Amino acid sequence: MISFINILVNGLLMGGIYAITAVGLSMQYGVARILNIAHGEFIMVAAFLTWMLHTTLGINPILCLAIVGPILFVLGYLVRHYLFKTLKEKTPSPAAFEGNSMLMAFGLLFVIQSLATYIWGKNIVGYDFMRYSVYLGEIRFAANRLVIMITAVIICFLFYLFLTKTRTGKAIRASSQDPDAAALMGVDINRMLTLCFALGALMAGFAGVLLSMEYKLDTFMGMGHTIIAIIVMVLGGLGSIPGSLVGGFILGIFYGIVSGIEPGLTEAAYYLLFMLLLLFKPSGLFGR
Amino acid sequence: MTNLSMTVKKNIPYIAISVLILALLAAVPFFSKPYTVVLLKNILMFAALTLSWALFSGPTGYISLATAAFYGVGIYTAAYLGKVLPLPVMVLCGGLASFLLALIIGAITLRLRGIYFAIFTLSSVELIKQVLHWFEITVLGTRGRPVVKISNTTVYYVVLLIVVLLMVTTYFLKRSRYGLAMSSIGSCEDAAAHIGINVTWVKVLTFALSSFFIGLTGATTATGLIYIDSHIAFDLNYSFFPTLMAIFGGIGNVFGPVIGAAVFSYLREILITRFPYAYMIIFGAVMILTILYLPNGIIGLVQTIKDKVLGGKDATASSRKVN
Amino acid sequence: MQLLQVEKLTKHFGGLTAVSGVDLEVERGEILGLIGPNGAGKTTLFNLISGTFAPNAGKIIFNGESIGGLKPNYICRKGLVRTFQTVKIFPEMTVFQNVLMGSLFGSEGKSWPEATGQAREILDFTGLSHLSDVPAGSLTLVNQKRVEVARALATRPQMLLLDELMAGLNPAEVAEAMELVTRIRERGITIIMIEHVMKAIMNICKRIIVLHHGKKIIEGTPEEISTNKTVIEIYLGEEEQAHAGS
Repeated sequence: MISFINILVNGLLMGGIYAITAVGLSMQYGVARILNIAHGEFIMVAAFLTWMLHTTLGINPILCLAIVGPILFVLGYLVRHYLFKTLKEKTPSPAAFEGNSMLMAFGLLFVIQSLATYIWGKNIVGYDFMRYSVYLGEIRFAANRLVIMITAVIICFLFYLFLTKTRTGKAIRASSQDPDAAALMGVDINRMLTLCFALGALMAGFAGVLLSMEYKLDTFMGMGHTIIAIIVMVLGGLGSIPGSLVGGFILGIFYGIVSGIEPGLTEAAYYLLFMLLLLFKPSGLFGR
Repeated sequence: MTNLSMTVKKNIPYIAISVLILALLAAVPFFSKPYTVVLLKNILMFAALTLSWALFSGPTGYISLATAAFYGVGIYTAAYLGKVLPLPVMVLCGGLASFLLALIIGAITLRLRGIYFAIFTLSSVELIKQVLHWFEITVLGTRGRPVVKISNTTVYYVVLLIVVLLMVTTYFLKRSRYGLAMSSIGSCEDAAAHIGINVTWVKVLTFALSSFFIGLTGATTATGLIYIDSHIAFDLNYSFFPTLMAIFGGIGNVFGPVIGAAVFSYLREILITRFPYAYMIIFGAVMILTILYLPNGIIGLVQTIKDKVLGGKDATASSRKVN
Repeated sequence: MQLLQVEKLTKHFGGLTAVSGVDLEVERGEILGLIGPNGAGKTTLFNLISGTFAPNAGKIIFNGESIGGLKPNYICRKGLVRTFQTVKIFPEMTVFQNVLMGSLFGSEGKSWPEATGQAREILDFTGLSHLSDVPAGSLTLVNQKRVEVARALATRPQMLLLDELMAGLNPAEVAEAMELVTRIRERGITIIMIEHVMKAIMNICKRIIVLHHGKKIIEGTPEEISTNKTVIEIYLGEEEQAHAGS
């Protein structure tokens, strides 16, 4: 019974970080139609920036959210403005744009990853942050994991409020659901798409900061996170934030179960799950 | 095919140049340093992978990122059968194993289109790699295995043969009925299916054919690796490199992939040991710039310039069809 | 003799029933009209007959053979071919190559010269000869539709399904298209056409079927249909909705 609860709790703790990873990608693919294979590289950059800020300047990782997040936002803005926007103007059909933008994101992946390895080296790095346990009744939690999960959920919630309540958020959703109608209503679609991509990068930034609080980092960590983000995005349905949260928690529990049975096959299980999802339920568990 | 002889006549200069280059390449081991042979072998290997990739993904527009899976299957075949079978039989086995794997992956992925196909094929590489890694460690208790060593010159000739076979296959396939069916899938798959083309069959068979050549290449070049494990054999870069090389060179004709492969594998040779990161940065940057500014690759650029100089016909006629 | 018989054909998409228990019979050599408001299930019916989707229930008998659930390439080779509501041509290929694709693959065992000859004949028949070396993607809409029809004809069909051939054409082009449809029928090809251009359908078809919410509402001659109360109500209702929406 306890082990089951442990799996559940661990899964939920992982779920927060999975969800926030996916929300970012979901913005970029669901609205801007860019399957950003380099999403994980943005996360990696954010994690390394946090590590640097914390170890050299002693800045609290939580505070880093407010520093690293905006940096990634700007990075995302520039990438979409100078690369993907140009590509979109040159590519006539939406299907061709999806294919070419994915290939371009691969190029971006190589550039970011190699630059990062050049700057930060090949070593595995990390720092200690709140490495102690707290108890809730019988159940033990790692304090940093709890903080990560709570922060992730709060960020997702705030982001959800932003999308549903603010004017800009509504314009973004309108652009994703019916670009033509939105354009008629005076929404600057191109600006919205750039904003979406930048917001996706912002979410990657938050995810990276949170990840660095618990996990060891290396510059090749990106691809794994991209795959996780795609799985959760597909699980929860494109562009849906509540869906991403639920998807994140489901994948977290899945992780708990698989690593409980055969830790050596966790990664393989992710890929298998992903391929099965693509084949049988590409519209997401909650999709039509 | 009535105009085949005409096509051949029109292309006599190209054919003559190809034969000349081929003769030169065949003579290389007799008069040059061993290093040159190794360098050319690597270039030819990437040319083979890129041509194989372009054989399927070029006309159909399906971006396959499973090259590393078939390459890896070839490598593992060499590791297991290299000691017991003679080289030609072993290489053929590698090709057949990849062919069979491609039939399976192809049959499962039929319903996937566009980027879903791309990420599925990408994941299949990782899945195989992870499961194999786990299997070797927990079941076999070893990680990796040695590969039988074969002289560089022999490997060089086998890879050269594979490249020639691929170029000839690509050239004639493109001008055949089957090739037209392939391009029609890339152009408009729904329409192709509704005018009597068995799109399923064409896609799976072409995918398997392209993978056959990748398997041959893997089994051949593995003999130069000495030691392999799942991470070496199923390295995702072997999916990415051929894709970029083909796009950079252009898939409008059979020389594009070869040019792309030659440029990048040469660049790789000179940069990878001294400036490994620089190579990958250049690689990524060129990929981005190519997609943005050279949609038809180097071949497309050459075509455009030629048309401008000659004041010739529509330069967009050979437009690229990825997706 | 019946060329096509459709019995109780049904197709669901999730919870939505797009086509529900439709019965249909088409005589050899006739032109049958298929009308109904948007979302009535007309194109879905074509998709089922031509093999784009497999039906959930019901039978499709073509030439005495059951073809329900077969892949489109098999159905095409049995002599039933379609065009699409949104034009689906091979844009990079020339007009001639587009039509050649139809004659090469539409029926088995055709030699290259045979297929070429047939493609030229069809180009003449559809009045596209002067455009044969132009990339199909660069043509105007009306000519692209013509290419699609020509490519379908090149497969040597016994039956042709035309999905809104006249949509988006100006009155002169509609007249030409009507003339083309009549000439196709004169070649002995049976036709079912989905059409919103009432003038065209009332003139060409001897028999019309009205679909609404996936069901067959009524079947009859153009006169019967145009004076039928239910049909008028359906269309008026749609107009009202359209006005209320705008």
